[in-house]
This record gives sequence, C-alpha cells and structure tokens, in this order.
Amino acid sequence: MMSKIVRTQANFLYPLIMIFGFYIVAHGHLTPGGGFQGGAVIATGVALIAVAYSYKNVKAWIKKTKLTGAEAIGLLTFILTALLGIGSSFFYNWLANSGLLFGESVPYGINPGYLNTAGTLPIMNFAVGIEVLGGLGVIIMYYLHYIKEVSKNAV
Amino acid sequence: MRKLLLSIALLVVVASLLYISINPADFGYPTGDHLVFGHPKYSDMDDYFIHNGQNQTGANNIVTSIVFDYRGFDTLGEASVLFTAVLAVGMVLRALRRDAK
Repeated sequence: MMSKIVRTQANFLYPLIMIFGFYIVAHGHLTPGGGFQGGAVIATGVALIAVAYSYKNVKAWIKKTKLTGAEAIGLLTFILTALLGIGSSFFYNWLANSGLLFGESVPYGINPGYLNTAGTLPIMNFAVGIEVLGGLGVIIMYYLHYIKEVSKNAV
Repeated sequence: MRKLLLSIALLVVVASLLYISINPADFGYPTGDHLVFGHPKYSDMDDYFIHNGQNQTGANNIVTSIVFDYRGFDTLGEASVLFTAVLAVGMVLRALRRDAK
C-alpha cells in the first residue's frame, strides 16, 4: 500500500477519471473519442486504484470474473446490435433517423451537437467501452496477481 | 546477399520519395503545381463520407460514423483482437503460475 498522500490523491482523482471516461464514451458520436479511448481512460482509473492501494486489498473490490464478464457482455452487445440490422446488411444503422432511442435526425453542416442522434453508434460505443474497460482492467489485474506471486515484497 | 537486398530496398524507397518530391502533381491538387494539404487528387470517397455521413448515420463525428458504421466489420475485428489478447494473457500467466509450484 502506498503512502497516505498517494491514497488521498487517488481518492480525489478516481471519480474524475471515471466521469471523464464515461463522458468520452457517451459523446463518441459528437466529439473526438469513442468506445476504445473512453474504455482505456476508465481502465486507467482501475490501474490507479490498484497501484495506490495494494493488490491484496483491491482484489476484493474489483473481481476479475466481473471484469471478464463485462468484456464478454460488451462484445456480445456489439455483435447483436450489428446483427439486428441484418435485414439490410450486417452493421446497418437501423436506428438512425427512426425517431426511436438515439433516432433523431441531425441537420446537415455545422450544429451544436445533439446527444439523441446517431442510431446504433452510441450503443456500439457503450458496448465497445464496456469491453475495453473489462479487457484492459483484467489484464492489469492479471499482471498484478503475477507480480505478487513472483516477488512477495512487490506491490 | 542480405546487405545487397537491403541496399536495393533502400534505393527503391529513396527513389520513389525523390520522385514524389520532384513530381508532386501526380499526387497533389488537380491543378497540379504543388501539394495542398486537404486537397488530394482522388477524393471521391472522402467527399461521399463528408456529404452523406450526417444524413445517413446521424452522427456529427464522421470518424465515428466510418469506424462503427461504414467500416463496422473492421471494428468487430479490433474488438475480437482485444478479446483474444486478454485470453492469451490469462493463459500465459496461468501457465507460469503452474510452473512456479
């Protein structure tokens, strides 16, 4: 476990990193970013907590099975969203301009950006964000677990 | 032999780069005198995405509409690459753990 200063800073930064990551994922169809980038930012928060507190404390809070489950659910949601448009083609954007969830049409050209647009793109962004969060998080947890087994002093 | 092949490859790369720098009209703006950033010679695909992306996908971010809609199959490959990488890390570290015992 790191010193009290590091832990206090990690407590302060963790919610900010989480909010920033979810912002990047949720606004993937409006601003630069998207599922991959936002998921990587959220996984950075997991790494911060895992380094500030030691692995043996963190492994009770962040379960590896839940992270792998999140990864599988994200990939399955991504493929299912793509499959639902199979009437026209694989990866057809069946929600865009339909008036349903995320289905508003967007005016051509420069506009301030409306969150309720873009059809299946936000759903796929969330799916990929959950998948990247689970994948990178479980890689970090695997490595920390391995470091703990190799040397008893580290982490 | 290896050095000869490497030097031939280097010569080909240098010659093509020199050719581009001397004759930029083949790759540049249609009027042809010099390269203009943002005006490639062949831009039919870019123009299609820029003019139809907002209407067809409803997304302001053209890059996201290409990555998740027009080229969605490529993104599916990326996502499965990440999935496979996580599986591989888990497998490798599990094997090392078994050896240590």
